[in-house]
Amino acid sequence: MSLNIIVLAKQVPDTRNVGKDAMKADGTVNRAALPAIYNPEDLNALEQALRIKTKFEGTQVHVLTMGPVRAAEIIRESMYRGADGGYLLSGREFAGSDTLATSYALAAAIRKIGKVDLILCGRQAIDGDTAQVGPQVAEKLGLPQITYAEEILHISESEVTVKRRLEKGIETVKGPLPILITVNGSAAGCRPRHAKLTLKYKNAKTVSERQASSTDYTELFETHPYLDIPEWGASDIEHEPQWLGLAGSPTKVKQIESVVFTAKESKRLTPADNEIEDLIKELITNHTIG
Amino acid sequence: MSKDTNNNAENLTSISSKELGGNIFVYLEIEEGVVADVSLELLTKGRTLADKQQCKLEAVAIGYQLEKIGEQVFPYGVDTLYLADDERLSPYTTLPHTSVLVNLFKEEKPQIALMGATSVGRDLGPRVSSALFSGLTADCTALEIGTYEDKKEKKVYEDLLYQIRPAFGGNIVATIVNPDCRPQMATVREGVMKKEIRDKNYKGKTIRLDVSKYVDDADFVIGVIERHMEKSKINLKASPIIVAGGYGMGSAENFNMLFDLARVLGGEVGASRAAVDAGFSEHARQIGQTGTTVRPKLYIACGISGQIQHIAGMQESAMIIAINNDPQAPINAIADYVITGDVAEVVPKMIKFYRRNSK
Ligand SMILES: Cc1cc2nc3c(=O)[nH]c(=O)nc-3n(C[C@H](O)[C@H](O)[C@H](O)COP(=O)(O)OP(=O)(O)OC[C@H]3O[C@@H](n4cnc5c(N)ncnc54)[C@H](O)[C@@H]3O)c2cc1C
Ligand SMILES: Nc1ncnc2c1ncn2[C@@H]1O[C@H](COP(=O)(O)O)[C@@H](O)[C@H]1O
Repeated sequence: MSLNIIVLAKQVPDTRNVGKDAMKADGTVNRAALPAIYNPEDLNALEQALRIKTKFEGTQVHVLTMGPVRAAEIIRESMYRGADGGYLLSGREFAGSDTLATSYALAAAIRKIGKVDLILCGRQAIDGDTAQVGPQVAEKLGLPQITYAEEILHISESEVTVKRRLEKGIETVKGPLPILITVNGSAAGCRPRHAKLTLKYKNAKTVSERQASSTDYTELFETHPYLDIPEWGASDIEHEPQWLGLAGSPTKVKQIESVVFTAKESKRLTPADNEIEDLIKELITNHTIG
Repeated sequence: MSKDTNNNAENLTSISSKELGGNIFVYLEIEEGVVADVSLELLTKGRTLADKQQCKLEAVAIGYQLEKIGEQVFPYGVDTLYLADDERLSPYTTLPHTSVLVNLFKEEKPQIALMGATSVGRDLGPRVSSALFSGLTADCTALEIGTYEDKKEKKVYEDLLYQIRPAFGGNIVATIVNPDCRPQMATVREGVMKKEIRDKNYKGKTIRLDVSKYVDDADFVIGVIERHMEKSKINLKASPIIVAGGYGMGSAENFNMLFDLARVLGGEVGASRAAVDAGFSEHARQIGQTGTTVRPKLYIACGISGQIQHIAGMQESAMIIAINNDPQAPINAIADYVITGDVAEVVPKMIKFYRRNSK
C-alpha cells in the first residue's frame, strides 16, 4: 500500500515569545523582531505523515505552503525530517489573503498536484489561532474532514481511524479516504532532522531562491532534479481572480490596537501577620468573603 | 438598497446593513439534550444585537430528540427556533450539520451567524463559511455594531458587525469586519459573553425542518466509534471567589494550599497556563485567553506574573489580590491589593486569619 500525502504547513512569526520590541509605537506588529518558525502544530501533522510513510513503503509525503519566498525554509526543514519534497505557492496575487482566500488558493494548488489520498494540517497556526484553513480547504475540495486528531490509529487504502482530542473529551472516528485531517499539538512531536537528509537536501531551492543567490545552480540542478522545489504563482493554478488575495478575503481589518490595561490604584501590603489579618477582616466586613 | 450621501467632500456610497435585512442566527450546541452555556451566552449577545439592528433572533438546533430545546432557549429572547431532528444528526459530525446550516442560510440569508468557539463550533464554522464564501472571525472577545469606511472603494457601510479579537498571541486587539459577504460569521469562547434571561415567558415560534431536504446521504461518511465526554466538575465561571495559582507556586504539592484556601473561602481553584504546562494543575482550570474567562467577586492571584493572555481572562474581576514576591510583577498594576511576599508564607496565613475571624 502506498499513499500520496500532502501536509499543509505555514511559516509563522513566533508569537509565543514576544518581547517588548515586538510591537511598534503605532501599535502594529514588528514582524522583523519575531523569528519565523515552522508552525508548531504543522510539525505534529508532518510527523503523522512520516509515520505512515515509514509504515507503508512508497508513500509520498509532500509539503505545501503558501507564503513569501522565504517560506521555502520550512519545505527544506520538512525534507530534512523525511518529507519527499514540497511546493511553494507564492506571489503578490496572494498578498492580503484571509483564511478563506488562503484556503481557496491551497485547494487550487492541491487540485494541480493531482491524486491525493490524505491531506494533513495543523489544528491552527499561532499567528492567528483561527483553526479555519483546514476545514475550509476540505470544503473547497468536497472532502470530509476530521479535526483535532491526536493519533491516526489505523489507516488503509480506503479508510482511516482517528482518535480526536476535544475540549471536553475524546472521540474515535472512522472515515473514508481521501480525507483532510487536522492534527493537535497533543499528538506526537516531530522527529528531529536526519543528518543524511540534511546533507542531501541542503541545496534544495525554489527558482526565486536560485535567482537571488550568487551561486550558479544550473549544473547541480540538472544532475540532481530532486533539489528543485516547485514554486507556483497564481498563473500556475486554476483560479478566478476575484477569490484570491485581498479581493478574495471577505474579512477586513478595520483597526488594530495594542493591548493596554488600565492600572489601578493598589494597596501595598507585606506578609506581616497584622497586615494579612487586617486585610482578611476588611474583606469579611465588606462581604467580599464569608 | 444603497443611497448616495454627501457626508464627505468626495461622494461616498453609504450602505446600511439594517436595510440589507436578514436576521441574527445562533447555532445551538447540544450535549445530551442540554443546550451548552456558550450557546445561551451567544443568544444573550444575539438578542442585544437584534434589538440594535431591529431584526429577529433565530436559533438552530441540529440533533436528535430536540423536544426540550424550546423551553431552554425561548427565555433568552429567541423569535424563531429551527429544529433539524433526526437520529443520524447526533452525535455531531461535520458534514450533515454543515449541510443543514448552509442550506438554511441560503434560504434565510442571515446578516449575522454566531457559534461557540468550541471543538464543535471551530469544526463547523469554517466549513460553513467556506461553502457560503462568507467571512468568519474566530474567538471574538467582543461583538459590536458600527460603521466601516472603505476609503479605496469610497463606500461607507453602516451597522456592520465589529468582530473584536486578540491577535498575535494576544499582544494586539483587532477589529474585523465583513462588509460585503453575508452572513457575518463569528465564533466566541465560552464565558466571554454574559448569559442573561430576557423574559421567562418570551414566546417564539418553532419551525421543524424536513431534514431529508437539507442533508444528503453522502454526508454520513464519518462514523463515531467511541465517545467519552467528561462533564467537568470544575465550574470556574459560576464561582464568586477564585484562588488562582501560577508557575510561582513551584509544585503540584504547593498547589494543595490553594485548594485549602479555596475551600475555607468557598471558592474554586484556577491556574495560569504556565502552571498547567508545568503539570501543577489540570487544563480545565486554566484562566485566560486560551482558557476560561472569569469575572468573580474576588480573584486571588498567587505566584502569577500577569501576562497579557492571563489578564485577558480575569481583568473584569470585581476585586483582585495579587500575591507575588516580585514587587514589579505586571499583575500588580491591575490588583486592588498587592501582597509582596512568598506564597508559601502568605497563603497559610490567609487561611489561619480567615478561620480566626469568621464565625
Ligand atoms: C497565544 C497564547 C495564549 C496564551 N493563553 C494563556 C492563557 O489562557 N492563560 C494563561 O495564564 N497564560 C496564557 N498564555 C501564557 C502567558 O503568556 C504566560 O506565559 C503565562 O500566563 C505565565 O504564567 P505564570 O504567571 O504562572 O508564570 P510566570 O510568568 O513564570 O510567573 C510566575 C510568577 O510567580 C512569581 N513567583 C515565583 N516564586 C514565587 C513565590 N515563592 N511566591 C510568590 N510569587 C512567586 C514570580 O515573581 C512570577 O511573577 C498564552 C500565551 C500565548 C502566546
Ligand atoms: N499559508 C498557508 N500555507 C500552508 N498551510 C497553511 C497556511 N495557512 C494555514 N495553513 C494550514 O492550516 C492550518 C490552520 O491554520 P489557521 O487557520 O491559520 O489557524 C495550519 O496549521 C496549516 O496546516
